[in-house]
Amino acid sequence: MKTMNTPLTPSVSRRSFILGSGGLALGLSFGLTQTELALAQAPGAGGFGPNSWINIGLDGVVTLMSPASEMGQGTMTAMPMLLAEEMDLDWSQVRVVQSPNNPKLYGNPRFGGGMTTGASRTVQGYYEPLRLAGAQARLVMVNAAAQAMGVPAAELRTEASRVIHSSGRAMTYADIAKVAKVPAELPKVDKSMLKPMAQFRLIGKDIPRVDVPAKSSGQALYGIDQRLPGMLWASVLRAPVQGETPESVDDTAARAVAGVKNVVRLPYGVAVVADSFYTAKMARDQLKVVWTQKAKARAQNSDTMRAEYIKRAQNLDDKGVAFIAHGDAAKQLAGATRTFSATYTSEMVSHICLEPMNCTARVDGDKIEVWAPAQSASFVTGTVAGAGGFKPENIKVNITLLGGGFGRRVEADYAADAALVAKAMPGTPIQVIWTREDDMTHDKYRPMTGQHLVAGVDAQGKLVGLLHRVVSEGVYARVVPPAFKASGGKDAPVMEGTEITYDIPDHSVQFMIEDRGIQAGFWRAVGPGYTKFAIETLIDEVARGVKADPLAYRMDLLKKHPRGQAVLKAVGEMSQWGQAKLPQGHALGLAFSDAWNTYCGMVVQVSIEKGRPKVHKVWSAVDCGHALQPQNVQAQIEGSVIFGLSAALHEHMDFRAGEPQQTNLNKYQVLRANETPEVIVKVMPTDNHPGGIGEVGLPPLAPAMANAIASINGKRLRALPLPMV
Amino acid sequence: MVRMKVNGEAVSVDAKPETPLLWVIREKLNLTGTKFGCGIAQCGACTVHLNGEPVRSCSLPVSAAEGKDITTVEGLMKTPTGQALQAGWVKAQAPQCGYCQSGQLMTAAKVISVVKKNLSRTEILEAMSGNICRCGTYNQIASAVSHAQKTLQGGKA
Repeated sequence: MKTMNTPLTPSVSRRSFILGSGGLALGLSFGLTQTELALAQAPGAGGFGPNSWINIGLDGVVTLMSPASEMGQGTMTAMPMLLAEEMDLDWSQVRVVQSPNNPKLYGNPRFGGGMTTGASRTVQGYYEPLRLAGAQARLVMVNAAAQAMGVPAAELRTEASRVIHSSGRAMTYADIAKVAKVPAELPKVDKSMLKPMAQFRLIGKDIPRVDVPAKSSGQALYGIDQRLPGMLWASVLRAPVQGETPESVDDTAARAVAGVKNVVRLPYGVAVVADSFYTAKMARDQLKVVWTQKAKARAQNSDTMRAEYIKRAQNLDDKGVAFIAHGDAAKQLAGATRTFSATYTSEMVSHICLEPMNCTARVDGDKIEVWAPAQSASFVTGTVAGAGGFKPENIKVNITLLGGGFGRRVEADYAADAALVAKAMPGTPIQVIWTREDDMTHDKYRPMTGQHLVAGVDAQGKLVGLLHRVVSEGVYARVVPPAFKASGGKDAPVMEGTEITYDIPDHSVQFMIEDRGIQAGFWRAVGPGYTKFAIETLIDEVARGVKADPLAYRMDLLKKHPRGQAVLKAVGEMSQWGQAKLPQGHALGLAFSDAWNTYCGMVVQVSIEKGRPKVHKVWSAVDCGHALQPQNVQAQIEGSVIFGLSAALHEHMDFRAGEPQQTNLNKYQVLRANETPEVIVKVMPTDNHPGGIGEVGLPPLAPAMANAIASINGKRLRALPLPMV
Repeated sequence: MVRMKVNGEAVSVDAKPETPLLWVIREKLNLTGTKFGCGIAQCGACTVHLNGEPVRSCSLPVSAAEGKDITTVEGLMKTPTGQALQAGWVKAQAPQCGYCQSGQLMTAAKVISVVKKNLSRTEILEAMSGNICRCGTYNQIASAVSHAQKTLQGGKA
């Protein structure tokens, strides 16, 4: 029988950092104060720590910190690999631990130094800092070896956790760790000292992911698997409509259920605490709650919302906020030889992280410790501080493995549940688990959108102007209002993907914000999921309209972008674009994506079966710059293709009077194995800073499908999910 | 008290008879490999074997397990089939978030135990379509199952 302390794998224990983050640790590049530096330098459990990311055990095992949340994207392998690459570590002797929640030491510069994982920014944000940390640690080892061996450092090189002298004499890093002292001043490192691409030993090789063995045997531990002595379970009744709160509560029947330990009123619901989750949930169903009837969401019906969004998107007098204003698109469109215009819609969609939202917490006086499968320790800290009145320095957040994230776990409302219930029962560990129904009713959906696009071409058929209008609920507007205001009302995640590398001289993007009270949030490829759908289907329509081949037309638009051209050319060759002999009724469709600083060309082979598109095959060529783990890049592209296919074919949340009509998987279809196409991905590394990869396959999938359908029957599909054809 | 055999060991647990088997396994027996996903037998994350047959433990009252043999992913991993499956999963680098994979493994174990011929990708995907993977690892699972099947047949995988 498994005990609660079973490590994730022998080499990857996400708890071991609690025992000792080890060695002599030094702040590297995150601007530590002297006090913090002194704290960080306190001796640890043994071994030698050239800096806060790395500890070299006397037994030769090197422990590396992984700062981001592992949700299937492979970050727990990718981040440590960057340290190991520059430090010339023997990868077989590396052990990975989840870093503590310490933004000053481990924060992501791409999130203003916050401990947040999302928006495809982990590799993008940590690529240089972690390589520099590895390079610096390598120098510390070399200098210490030089002293120990009595030779000049210039005569030393490093390989596989060893420092080797030109004479052939060598010391292992473990030997050095026994005698080394952290220098008073750490060696200075800069970008020019990093390895050139040709010298990579780990980056670009298919290193197996460190979390895979435990995830292939049922041993991996997620947030929901957290166990603490004396722990109780809680289930929270929330309102049937977002935004309502309890007016009155009768908990007599719930309290009478055997096994119930407590009923706790929350500002937004009622928690039942019991000795098992099932008891808590059954008792919760006995609560009689009268809810307020004042929420904004209550007035919302999907059909009317959609109609209003379309109308607003088409009303060119309502200019909203200028998100992009390059040149004078209006003037170009007025003078264009021909214009193409189209209106698009997308429905709200849910995340369905397979691990339902959950959180575990224990309160001890004015301190609280939290275990959360969360994408952001910073958001968890903020939420727990805000909801429970704890001081940030009294909140300890442990990030567990995540059973799916997809943007949902950036926000931390489940942590408020755990904090509030744990605060009501000091000393008792509380695990709050949401049901799937809770999850789908109180999700932060990819927003419904209405988009209207107008493209103008000159007499030669060249694109001269593009107007792109997006109507949507805000995401930043709700989640980070100060940042939203500071940006002048530009809601970046909502509008992501409207920036394009196509060479269109006059390009105008307008954002018309809605505030309907149904929460919109981060989702996998949130903005590009619908903005690229609109752009890439309209470009295709324009190309066909001017009698150009859609691939050749895009190549022309990418004249100044060789990386974009290269992926399109490659995917054209992979799919035999223009020459493929396809079965009767099949067609190919093409799309391009440039989001997250990664270039992706995609072709899909589609037929129509019983009025629905069927995808047989997907080809994709991807240039993400330095590809850390090519096999994982393929897996992420394929995963996001399938996520996108699921959304394009099946997914929609419908609301009537603010109530979601789909609250579990019997009403909300997601893609299953038998609908899965073959996905062929060609990774085309280039010597560029890495772009994001976890979301890249999603944006081009739906427009490529719609473009293929147009080739089959001439019908342009302009709604997500794709309508009957 | 409900008496049953779990992974070969006789256990008796004190639980309300209508309690879903899932919560007994996870909370009373502390076998957390079996996962909660939807609670209505749609996603397959909670799949265990009851007398060798895959069942959705989230929707099966523990009373229905009285006197029966239950195998969870922890038990499966002690068998040659389980080990071959794990090796196949690792070779294909199949899991991403990994949360659904216990259920996938339990279904796969049944699939390869009843079919002797080498299954095609399409046949495996069809047989595995009761288990949802939100990360989209279906093709890698198909390749992992195929690998395990070949290993167990003694052929070269």
